[in-house]
Amino acid sequence: MSIHLPQTLNEALHMLQVVPHAQILAGGTDFMVEVNFNKHGVHDVIALRHVDELKKWSHDTVAGVVTIGAAVPYADMEHGELAQLFPALAEAARTVGSPQIRAAGTLGGNLGTCSPAGDALPVLFALNAVINVASTHATRSIPVADFMRGPKRNDLAQDELIVSVTIKTVAGWQGYAKVGTRNAMVISVASASLVLDHVNNSSRIALGSVGPTIIRCIQAEQWLQGVYDFTSHQALDDSIATEFGQRVSQESRPIDDHRSTALYRRHAVGVLAKRLLQRGSAQ
Amino acid sequence: MSETQFYSLRVNGKQREVTDAWLGESLLYVLRERLGLPGSKGACEQGECGSCTVIIDGAAVCSCLVLAASAVDTDITTIEGYSDGALTDVQQAFIDEGAVQCGFCTPGLIVAVHHLLEHTPRPSEMKVKEALSGNICRCTGYGRIFAAVTRVIEQRDHQ
Repeated sequence: MSIHLPQTLNEALHMLQVVPHAQILAGGTDFMVEVNFNKHGVHDVIALRHVDELKKWSHDTVAGVVTIGAAVPYADMEHGELAQLFPALAEAARTVGSPQIRAAGTLGGNLGTCSPAGDALPVLFALNAVINVASTHATRSIPVADFMRGPKRNDLAQDELIVSVTIKTVAGWQGYAKVGTRNAMVISVASASLVLDHVNNSSRIALGSVGPTIIRCIQAEQWLQGVYDFTSHQALDDSIATEFGQRVSQESRPIDDHRSTALYRRHAVGVLAKRLLQRGSAQ
Repeated sequence: MSETQFYSLRVNGKQREVTDAWLGESLLYVLRERLGLPGSKGACEQGECGSCTVIIDGAAVCSCLVLAASAVDTDITTIEGYSDGALTDVQQAFIDEGAVQCGFCTPGLIVAVHHLLEHTPRPSEMKVKEALSGNICRCTGYGRIFAAVTRVIEQRDHQ
């Protein structure tokens, strides 16, 4: 057993090469729960705490592209410039655990764990985010929808590390909503993120905790595009919002588990979708 | 530090050696069981209760979710680091307002309140509630805790 504390990204990638099967430790908010409850042992760990390159984010204003380092904590997305660029991400970040969890938890960790209940994941899906990964010999950029393979499964190879997430800025409204048993410190029972793209006059909606992966509701999006003009600034007919909610609900694939029932989740996620569309179209 | 069981942590400004420790131990465990700093409390061990809150490099985090051996080269402040024997104004306000009942959540709350007021000397009521939302108290119902925070803010304003 060993714990490695790389100082640079290159060092981290090299360690991943020479220590096969090493566990990657980011914020620790998933990892340490498993360790504390003996759900998995600790063998070789590469802790990213000191890799400053992964804690930075940048905004290319010409290309309209933001790149967020894998180890940027949620606390940095709640307020400030990142929150202005991606309000949906800020809303999702604010619902993650508690201030203590948000100071530690990272986007890279959310993607590494790849739980369908990961709070940032529906937002990344709705924003068509791209996940940048690297190994000592190559780098890859993977659309988030291809990156998430299943519940707690992702496309990452043994020797690869999640380096950053690239998101294009969108002209238009975006939001996030989540249902849980209380307001703070809660893992989502159902969640949704909606992006209204005014340039392409289209919408993207992605759902969390109601399927084995995050679910994009392509059919509901296409239906909405046919019945509502996002750029018209006209009041949204209530019946459209209701039907949108119903259609989103139909595309969800929830199950019964210890946190909720499939029946409730299917209903709740439709309500979230309806509310998000009402909020977004009122802007 | 591969393959070694020895590491050193900077806690409350002092370099402390951790010897003979299993490398999977949480910072909370190391603080309490190996470094003689039992102020941080362990309850949920999963980052939900905030009883183990410490400051690492300026951020308030749950020490139960920090792999101790990964906290090498960081500045760690525990509840013990806030006082050299005398009570801090936050501790005194908790006593004066009756914000302590069983007291188990208190160290975590004291750390969280100090951290909040260092960064936001005059927080709104909502900001206080949000800042303490990760510290669970099952006795007081929070009313007296919020009253204690208000008292500290007022006292510091008058200084």
